[in-house]
Amino acid sequence: MTEVPPGYFLALAGLLFTVGVVGVLIRRNAIVMFMFIELMLNAVNLFFVTFARMQGNLEGQVLVFFVLVVAAAEVVVGLALILLIARRRASLDVDNVRLLKW
Amino acid sequence: MSLDIVVFGAMFVVTLGSALAMIFARNAVHVALLLVLSQVGLAVAFLLQGAFFIAAVQIIIYAGAIMVLFLFVIMLLGVDRREALDEPLRGQRATALILGALLTAQVLYVAWLGVDITFTGGGQEAIEAINSEDGNVLGIGRVLFGRYLLPFEVTSVLLITAVVGVMVLARSIQSVTLPTGTEEPTKKTEDVVA
Repeated sequence: MTEVPPGYFLALAGLLFTVGVVGVLIRRNAIVMFMFIELMLNAVNLFFVTFARMQGNLEGQVLVFFVLVVAAAEVVVGLALILLIARRRASLDVDNVRLLKW
Repeated sequence: MSLDIVVFGAMFVVTLGSALAMIFARNAVHVALLLVLSQVGLAVAFLLQGAFFIAAVQIIIYAGAIMVLFLFVIMLLGVDRREALDEPLRGQRATALILGALLTAQVLYVAWLGVDITFTGGGQEAIEAINSEDGNVLGIGRVLFGRYLLPFEVTSVLLITAVVGVMVLARSIQSVTLPTGTEEPTKKTEDVVA
């Protein structure tokens, strides 16, 4: 296994999470915002794996599975909702969806 | 040792670079492909830390299944949509950039300070021992189906709920787009939506 200190991986995960936050705040396209949420979940997975390495047992790696399951469920439901909204409004721009009623 | 640093550096540049490029890519398909690249980089990070099974799962499920789902939806809705550049909330993007820079500074500061968490386990050597003795997959299986058996079973309820929810949503799409007895559903779809 690597000699690279865990702190480097934690820094990378933190930076990836930051990029995800900024992406969600800047972009407007609903699908693109969704992809940045996936990026944030990935960054958290890297945190889990790095902490598992620091702790010295596999529980952190098991927790990644639960994040994965939640991410899969979230993507499926979210994309179905985006599809419905895009068909009715003919737009993916999240600013158009502000009335919760159409 | 030195090779490890080289691999880490290349992984760092690819992962963070493609994530940053995601912000500036105009085309949604480009964003999706950059996210795939970033996820492959993260799989390398998992490999470096001895999480072999997680690395494989990362590529199969994230870069494979989930991103294909994203690309399907992008293609279904049309790839040539332009993103609006006006700001209903004035100064939103500038504020987001400033807050993002602030968050980055905080992350880097914490990383520079170092994480001071008390770990009780055996550290890296313990993981190496598990990986070389039983193997990564067997070790994960023992934990997952031992201590985490109940949460594991509960996730199946979550997945069933998601599947049922999507089926309900998809049914309501059909009831809007496909009135009974139509011969050309696509034409009708546009009529109803318009």
